[in-house]
Amino acid sequence: MKVGLFIPCYVDQFYPGAAIATLKLLEKLGVEVFYPPKQTCCGQPMANSGFEHLTTGCNELFIENFAAFDYIVAPSGSCVLHVRDHLHDDKNPGAAKVISHKIYELTAFLTDVLKVKRLDAKFPHRVGIHQSCHGQRGLHISSMTELVEPEFSKPLSLLQMVSGIDIVELDRKDECCGFGGTFCVTEEAVSVKMGKDRVADHLEHGAEYITGVDMSCLMHMEGILKRQGSKVKVIHIAEILNAR
Amino acid sequence: MIARNKKEHAELAQEFNRDEDRVNWHDETLWWIREKRDKSAHQIPEWEHLREAASQIKNNVLSNLHNYLLQFEKNAISNGIELHWAANADEHNRIVHRLINEANVVRMVKSKSMLTEECGLNEYLAQHGIEVIDSDLGERIVQLAEEPPSHIVLPCIHKKKEEIGEIFHKHLGIEANISDPQFLTETARQHLRGIFLTRKVALTGVNFAVAETGEFVVCTNEGNADMGAHLADVHIASMGIEKIIPERKHLGVFLRLLTRSATGQPITTYSSHFKTPRDGKKIHIIIVDNGRTVQLGRKDFRNSLKCIRCAACFNTCPVYRRSGGHSYHTAIAGPIGSILAPNLDMKKYADLPFASTLCGSCSNVCPVKIDIHEQLYKWRQVIVKNGYASTTKKAGMQAMTWTLSSPFLYHLAGKAGRWVIKYAPFAVNNKLNPWYKHRDMPASPEWSFSEWYQKNRQN
Repeated sequence: MKVGLFIPCYVDQFYPGAAIATLKLLEKLGVEVFYPPKQTCCGQPMANSGFEHLTTGCNELFIENFAAFDYIVAPSGSCVLHVRDHLHDDKNPGAAKVISHKIYELTAFLTDVLKVKRLDAKFPHRVGIHQSCHGQRGLHISSMTELVEPEFSKPLSLLQMVSGIDIVELDRKDECCGFGGTFCVTEEAVSVKMGKDRVADHLEHGAEYITGVDMSCLMHMEGILKRQGSKVKVIHIAEILNAR
Repeated sequence: MIARNKKEHAELAQEFNRDEDRVNWHDETLWWIREKRDKSAHQIPEWEHLREAASQIKNNVLSNLHNYLLQFEKNAISNGIELHWAANADEHNRIVHRLINEANVVRMVKSKSMLTEECGLNEYLAQHGIEVIDSDLGERIVQLAEEPPSHIVLPCIHKKKEEIGEIFHKHLGIEANISDPQFLTETARQHLRGIFLTRKVALTGVNFAVAETGEFVVCTNEGNADMGAHLADVHIASMGIEKIIPERKHLGVFLRLLTRSATGQPITTYSSHFKTPRDGKKIHIIIVDNGRTVQLGRKDFRNSLKCIRCAACFNTCPVYRRSGGHSYHTAIAGPIGSILAPNLDMKKYADLPFASTLCGSCSNVCPVKIDIHEQLYKWRQVIVKNGYASTTKKAGMQAMTWTLSSPFLYHLAGKAGRWVIKYAPFAVNNKLNPWYKHRDMPASPEWSFSEWYQKNRQN
């Protein structure tokens, strides 16, 4: 099984630790991982702002970089959802379609493809899980409070395999943090208020770390935590699943 | 006259957020309703099947609307109802005005109808010397305060009880500083009783119009539609063309969904069927298009017409709860309003599809399964293509596109960006950067992942 590792642009630049953890975790689980060096971005920042017509370059690059792999794995629900729903190439429509079926968010890949049942990881801390909307509601990696459906959560099931971890309960299990891509600056007031409220829920329940499948939500909440002078940290789920 | 605001959502939302305690109160009040909705939905094991059934019935209606409308017209007329067609808001308002003139009165009582808000009926009639009193408690409160409703089910949800006491003190003559909800409700009840007893014309909305029987159903919790309609000589019912359902039995699907989604109640207190006028009385139905057929012709947006106006998407929307209904500057606010309004005036409402994080919660609570967040995304594309994006935004997006379409430029820009944050933080940590206003910038690592990979794995 040849797996192409897609590292979202902002993770590559600002959170290399999350990317390294993803790579090492997959390798530890026996996966042959390749990182195509010419990758950039999935194009979501433009598309969500209404400029999907400008994403041709990103789409072509993505297909060029990843078409050859059996699977594509990324430590982000949001970018994976974008590729699944919107990757297209008029010159090569088939390739885009195939990719949309073989790209996986990390925890979904671990659960559904690798069928991970145990992890050799240790993280003795109180951790709050942020359900990033695109992974949850878009990719359905966990059940949603709005729907009448059986409860499940791929990220939570994996975290429960980590020894010493203490997961905190939240009042609002799956409310959006307010990052929302360019929304975080175009609707700054609401974005910040949503972030503050989300962070407060974790703090009230004694979380030492806030984790999730999307570094973008965590970056937004980290910005608020740091401004508040809080000692609480954000950490990508891969870093916990790979922690010793 | 109600002043319509010219500011955009982000600016209005920012103003709303100046009073954080109020935002917290607004958010918690509406979240409580969302929780009641969840409890209510989870008591119905077949909830998701009900939603699917409702969605399919409405899809069928939208695909066969012409036939159902004609069937409804035929049956309504044979029931003794007078039926009128209005192509737009102006035609609707003129028909109402004519019917009021024919009844020889200058005053009318009206229960909740978002369609009349959309048409600006109250303003139109006021200009022609007709007095309209809204009889829904919340609508009466905002009417006295000279404000538009901020929510389609809970029109004065943005007002605290102390403020309502103040409004009633000013307009209904109660003593100052009263905030007891029971006292305030009783005051409104007595005030409205006098209105119901003296108005000869009553207007109501329509929740469901049954093609099979020519009857229509009006749902209220206060019974105010019934009080108005039963005591008046003339009952005018205004409905959008999409309010049709094929058969009476389909009410068994929609009435179960409507109020559970709206407030968590099993059903509205009053679900009243109107079919035939009583002797000597009249019922008029005005069927209004006002842009709906245009929306029906938009492939990506047509199913927004499935909406039954429950406002579940408002209550769940984390943006609505923290920006307030007035920030949407349109009669129907919230997520559903943000996909309906651009159809009516794309330029004026170009901001609304962007007033969302695309979290998707709205689509999940929608009882008729409208893909609201996906339509928000699609409206963004349409709005930009039609030239309603600002020049700065266009330039920024173009620059971003060039950078992200080239691995070389991307790595260069990434390196430069990290360098700036590390060695020249003043360049980004300032008030020109909206991120920095209330959030710190991420720390700048020594190397990117791609640099690390090259060094550690490719040698």
